[in-house]
Amino acid sequence: MAENTTSPLLTKRRKLYLLVIIAAIMAIGSTALLINILEHKQEAKNPFYRVTELTDDIDDPSIWGKNFPLQYDGYKRTVDQVRTRFGGSEGLPHTPTQVDPRSVVAQSKLEEDPRLKTIWAGYAFSKDFREERGHAYMLEDQTYTERQIVVKQPGTCLNCHASTYTLYKKLGAGDITKGFEQLNQMTFVEGRKQVTHPVACIDCHASDTMQLRITRPAFIEGMRAWKFAQGIKDYDVNKMASRQEMRSFVCGQCHVEYYFQGPEKRLTYPWAKGVKVDDILAYYDEAKFKDWSHAESGAPVLKAQHPEFEMWNQGIHARSGVSCADCHMPYKREGAMKISEHHVRSPLLSINLSCQTCHKWPESELKERVELIQERTYFMRNLAMDALVDLINDIKAAKDAGKTDEELTSARDFQRKAQFRLDFVEAENSTGFHAPQEAARILAQSIDLSRRGQNAIHTLSK
Amino acid sequence: MKSRILAIIASIFIGIAIGISIYTFIYAKGYSYLLNDPSACANCHVMNEQYDGWIKSSHRSVATCNDCHTPASFVGKYWSKASNGFWHSFAFTSGKFHEPIQIKAHNRQITEQACLKCHQDVVDAIEGTYPQTKQISCLRCHSSVGHMH
Repeated sequence: MAENTTSPLLTKRRKLYLLVIIAAIMAIGSTALLINILEHKQEAKNPFYRVTELTDDIDDPSIWGKNFPLQYDGYKRTVDQVRTRFGGSEGLPHTPTQVDPRSVVAQSKLEEDPRLKTIWAGYAFSKDFREERGHAYMLEDQTYTERQIVVKQPGTCLNCHASTYTLYKKLGAGDITKGFEQLNQMTFVEGRKQVTHPVACIDCHASDTMQLRITRPAFIEGMRAWKFAQGIKDYDVNKMASRQEMRSFVCGQCHVEYYFQGPEKRLTYPWAKGVKVDDILAYYDEAKFKDWSHAESGAPVLKAQHPEFEMWNQGIHARSGVSCADCHMPYKREGAMKISEHHVRSPLLSINLSCQTCHKWPESELKERVELIQERTYFMRNLAMDALVDLINDIKAAKDAGKTDEELTSARDFQRKAQFRLDFVEAENSTGFHAPQEAARILAQSIDLSRRGQNAIHTLSK
Repeated sequence: MKSRILAIIASIFIGIAIGISIYTFIYAKGYSYLLNDPSACANCHVMNEQYDGWIKSSHRSVATCNDCHTPASFVGKYWSKASNGFWHSFAFTSGKFHEPIQIKAHNRQITEQACLKCHQDVVDAIEGTYPQTKQISCLRCHSSVGHMH
């Protein structure tokens, strides 16, 4: 009976306890929400904390990173090695040696496709050519490539394998063009001692305003030459380019076709006639430039190098005003703030941010579309490669059979033209995606030129 | 005696909870979500692009967010606001949502219907040529009239 008399009281008290607890939890919850909203409001104000003073002479990205930790965090992640179907790099173990202390390297493209060795016979690239890795490795990989052993590389290479802006200023006493000229004339080993970082904040951003700017004299000169061909005189990319153009131009400082001009080894972008493959080849023909004489055929051949900027220029994305950064450095949300992703990489690894902003299809559909383009390009690239190897073998056989240089001139010229076109697509890092129809056109022409070269040889033997 | 103290404590906590909740509601501009001003939809900045796009769109002078994104009936409108309001707040607070943001099938259907609020007459003629079960999608072609993306 005693239980009966006490239990209603206890129940009432328990109810009150429960009420206190619920009310307290609600108060805690509301406060947590309030604070969360407060934080988001603070983020939305896009606060920038100047914890350190940046000057135009600081190239160390970790110092810039103190003011811009979110961007720096992405930048550091370019060490990631991730494969995509046709690109990206795979981290392969490597036993460190005295000359090459790297413990991880990317896969060798030469081993993946030995035809490349035939095509580049006699050139340093036939000795060591690996899949490119992220920005973080650009200096290290250039320093330890076996190409350094085969050929004495000039300081010119460093223009795009290191953060060189402060070095230009130092060497040129403030004048980056003068500094650039001096760096080009050094040996790689000399120049290497004076640089510390791979591409860094200062190579694309002005230290006071964070605005994009061009720091590579070769790009400034290349753009001036290209614009001149279009009738625009004295083009100054740093003064005349729009903000959206700059979001591609900063990348175009290095992701382009180039050559070393003259004994001064001046880094030059061959755009005086335009940036299409035909314009560039016409430029080289006029300059009578060759990268090397082919070891098997004796042809005066050229090596195309990562012409992403040129290829992108021919594609629909460029035409629609989509910049490199729109896909390779898409905007991402950090709390209520938006920043551009500084983890520069294949858009196939961030399809939602890179593609879906404009293309409202599921990620799997978009990936399939890209890979279909790449598959088709790869198919044509293989045809073109077989045709070129056939031509090289034919010229070699004719040469061994005693045909004179004069008789072989025509076939060798076909090789030069076919090879540069094939390489223009092969060395380009999108497997055709940056401009699918242009890549197909170039490969079709390459196949045609190789086969016509073979015809030229066969006519000789008759 | 004890229960009286407990009652007082409960009252204090309830008062605090209500007080903070009201303050949070005001601080987060909760009242703005009950109204019709489109800027409320960009309060948390997630829909800034959509809001900016709407300002430059052909529909800015004839339709607000609510005109296209909530049903026509009063109850339907506020039920839709309450449901979306809860899930949007939940996604934003937890930070777990797809980027770029994507409309859900149910909300897309509401928008499809909303086109007809004004354009029913225009589509009567073409709707007639389709079986009743197959509704023509306005948004398949006209998805950018309100805003891009």
